[in-house]
Amino acid sequence: MSKVTKTLFDPLFNNNPIALQILGICSALAVTTQLQAALVMCAAVIVVMVVSSLSVSLIREHMPSSIRIIIQMTIIASMVVITDQVLQAYVYDVAKDMRVYIGLIITNCIIMGRTEGYAMQNGPVMSAIDGFGNALGYSIVLLFVGFFRELFGSGTLLGYTVMPLTRDGGWYASNGMALLSPSAFFLIGFFIWAIRVWKPEQVEEEN
Amino acid sequence: MLEHYLSLFIKAVFIENLALAFFLGMCTFLAVSKRVKTASGLGVAVIVVMAITIPVNNLIYNNVLRDGALAWAGYPDVDLSFLGLICYIGVIAAMVQILEMTLDRFFPPLYNSLGIFLPLITVNCAILGGSLFMVERDYNLAESAVFGLGSGVGFALAIMGLAGIREKLRYSDVPEGLRGLGITFITTGLMSLGFLAFSGIQL
Repeated sequence: MSKVTKTLFDPLFNNNPIALQILGICSALAVTTQLQAALVMCAAVIVVMVVSSLSVSLIREHMPSSIRIIIQMTIIASMVVITDQVLQAYVYDVAKDMRVYIGLIITNCIIMGRTEGYAMQNGPVMSAIDGFGNALGYSIVLLFVGFFRELFGSGTLLGYTVMPLTRDGGWYASNGMALLSPSAFFLIGFFIWAIRVWKPEQVEEEN
Repeated sequence: MLEHYLSLFIKAVFIENLALAFFLGMCTFLAVSKRVKTASGLGVAVIVVMAITIPVNNLIYNNVLRDGALAWAGYPDVDLSFLGLICYIGVIAAMVQILEMTLDRFFPPLYNSLGIFLPLITVNCAILGGSLFMVERDYNLAESAVFGLGSGVGFALAIMGLAGIREKLRYSDVPEGLRGLGITFITTGLMSLGFLAFSGIQL
């Protein structure tokens, strides 16, 4: 595998930011009751991540290390503010549903973790690719959780009815728990289990 | 009046627990919950920082950022609310820094026991989330102080609970793929299910 494809695809399953690095879980769970909100969140994170990695990498040699955290935070925060304003302008309804969680991308540790851990040492192009790859790894988990929560909770996908609910005369009795917060934890737990059965080298030692 | 603040406090601790109902601060929540001792250190730090930053952000929002808030300075038409995010995170980072220096100077034992957790708190989404909820729900200064304290206590309670369960889990036989992070997620899910029981309470 060449270096570019490795940087791009490794974070999907081999080194997934949520399942293995324990980063960025906070904002991941709350926006996943509907697949549409999850998609918007993924798009926002991908944009913020790529641009911040790129910018941090571009100015990495001019940054005094004592104030680098504040500089990174400001870059990320500015990107999030722009994304937030764009979302409010074009997809107001979805942005309103997601409320504070767009703002919380700032404290999403994936972004900070990658700018600090990768973009500070590598060139702009590779950093952007690494940011994109990690944002994709985050998106996979988000879409997995969002898919199952919307399907089992409301019987719909992206708002289209897949399994007609009994209360509308269909055959599927909706699973109310899928709409509540605990189901997201269970789904991510199972996702991690599935990945580790598939790739046993990720299993943690007993402590 | 007192009743109103009390119910706000109970609501912030149990019904709207930041960690278990809103998934905020999950990264630290999962990473620092291996031992009860470290978890309680982090819990105390979160309580202190939240109880300070949320009222401070409330003052900034109401006197500087809000639409028409700059009327006292002669700019009644200015709406700076889009700068909110940058200001809040700045306040939080500055507060954590100041708190760190104050503790180091006046309460060295507490400073030493909190150690690495203080700086970590800057990137804890529960703190920023608390400030954003405060703005969204339009709390006044006293309400935001109670809300900050309550959310902090709620977070500390949740993380100490999880740490206690994880200490016991060490003696159990978990399937291989679930060991570590996987079982922690499922445990958190069950805890969150437990906290859902509070959601029926009307205050």
